[in-house]
Amino acid sequence: MKGSITKGLSPRRRAYDITMRTLLYAAAALICALLVFLIGYILYRGIPHLSWQFLTSEESVIKDIEGILPAILNTVYVIIATLIFILPLGVGSAIYLTEYASNKRVVAAIEFATETLSGMPSIIFALVGVIVFCEFCGLGQSLIAGAFSLVMMTLPTVIRTTQESLKTVPLSYREGSLALGSGKWHMIRTVVLPSSVDGIVTGCILAVGRIVGESAVLMFTAGMGMRLAKYGDSVGEFFRNLFDSSGATLTVALYHYAKERADFDSAFAVAVVLLVIAFGINLAAKFAGRKLKKR
Amino acid sequence: MNEAILSKEAGAKVKTAAKTAKNKKSGARGALEFTMKALFLICGLVAVGFVLIISVYLIVSGIPAIREVGLLEFLGGTDWDPANRSGDPSFGILPMILTSIYGTAGAIVIGVPIGFLMAVFLSKVAPRRLAAVIREVVDLLAGIPSVVYGLVGMIVLLPAIRDLFGLPAGDSLLAAVFVLAIMILPSIISVSETALDAVPREYEEASLALGATELETYFRVSAPAAKSGIAASVVLGVGRAIGEAMAILMVAGNVANMPSLLSSVKFLTTAIAGEMGYADGLHRQALFSIGLVLFLFIMLINAALNLFLKRSKEGQA
Repeated sequence: MKGSITKGLSPRRRAYDITMRTLLYAAAALICALLVFLIGYILYRGIPHLSWQFLTSEESVIKDIEGILPAILNTVYVIIATLIFILPLGVGSAIYLTEYASNKRVVAAIEFATETLSGMPSIIFALVGVIVFCEFCGLGQSLIAGAFSLVMMTLPTVIRTTQESLKTVPLSYREGSLALGSGKWHMIRTVVLPSSVDGIVTGCILAVGRIVGESAVLMFTAGMGMRLAKYGDSVGEFFRNLFDSSGATLTVALYHYAKERADFDSAFAVAVVLLVIAFGINLAAKFAGRKLKKR
Repeated sequence: MNEAILSKEAGAKVKTAAKTAKNKKSGARGALEFTMKALFLICGLVAVGFVLIISVYLIVSGIPAIREVGLLEFLGGTDWDPANRSGDPSFGILPMILTSIYGTAGAIVIGVPIGFLMAVFLSKVAPRRLAAVIREVVDLLAGIPSVVYGLVGMIVLLPAIRDLFGLPAGDSLLAAVFVLAIMILPSIISVSETALDAVPREYEEASLALGATELETYFRVSAPAAKSGIAASVVLGVGRAIGEAMAILMVAGNVANMPSLLSSVKFLTTAIAGEMGYADGLHRQALFSIGLVLFLFIMLINAALNLFLKRSKEGQA
């Protein structure tokens, strides 16, 4: 059928048709090839140097071993510390925007602020993090200073996804709850929030993705140390360490390996770890997002 | 009679008791409601506070160096030699401004056409299953940290450019442009695709019914109908490209030359990222001034982006 349509065309139109079709397929093929090459090359270079020891030990010149356990732990700690802050802040402001806000100017200001924050390049957060948290607040280069800077960066992500899912909660749920005599906060706590949990989860997953991928901010606010800090078992010690120790997360470790030490094997091994994490985060976000859509 | 009066009195008593109880309850409840509302408002204002903090601190710490160097000298000077120990440092950031603009323009010139064609392919031409798979992979591409792009660029792109052009080293604007072009692809593809998907089916059906071929329809009907969304994707790409630091820090070479395709260059972002670690005194202040310049660029781009996004939404409504 298609062929017969093209046959009746003037030569010029047929040429247009063929050129554009070729361009489309060429672009698609180019991008697919690029993707396959990129992912394949990272795996090809990185997997041979990935070992259990590499993942679970601290580097040691004496024992001649490379290990990224400190970087993995630092990444986890920064993620936890950041989530502790953005979860209440992000969900809170999303609730304010969708449930309470009556003053249009306040809403406009908050929305302008979140848009501005989400469009800001990470190097700006790095600069501000250095002046505000490391120096002005006297935190120095520490994991907590990194986490605070990341709070500024990832807050819009949580606000936006939470807002989206709050909007999908049917108005009738709210009206039903209010009609039964519950107050607004009670209604939000017992009706609105439980039915928008998956949106909040999606927001957190996306925020974790951005934290894992971030390097510029953490390099200057959380430092580049590759040593294992004295991580204790108790919660109190965890918080003390956040303030006391500085350290490189996975991305910063990768940069350190590649640029400062020219140890590309280790760098690619870290890249594989990051690739796997990125893949896991995408899957998780999609899963949570799909649940959200089903409702 | 007495009983009736008594019961009436009792009833009235019960009523007033109930009323006061209700008042009490609603008083406590009102306080709770008020507190919660205030708490949520504070949460919302935190984002505004962050923007204020960023603006104020960047301006406060960015102005001194500009004042000391002189605005024209700072923006128009072609020499960046901040750590000159012979006592004659110079702080001209024109090479970096131009490099950032050229680099971004290059990334857009390469990335936008390919990304746009890919978006048309995914939205209109590709079989649904294939499109779903490709979309997954493009999403993965968006999730890969920028240092990984930098690493691959360092290992693959730099030797290739070095050998191809017979240079002593491959670190160049060209390498940075390629890395940036790849990094902005995911956002261009996904935003353009969303815009193309939102084009009403009737437009395309009408065009096909009038005898246009499928491809003429996609490029002459669907694409123009989605043009605000596509413009938004371009602006988003510009924002990404101009703000990227780590990936291009690894491939651009970081010498503050005036930009040319094959020379080692320094971007606004890479100047900050590369020198922040050791800068002090006026040099350090100058880096904050660069941050301020970058901030102003980004605010302009954000304003443009919001304009296009608004138009795109209005177009769909």
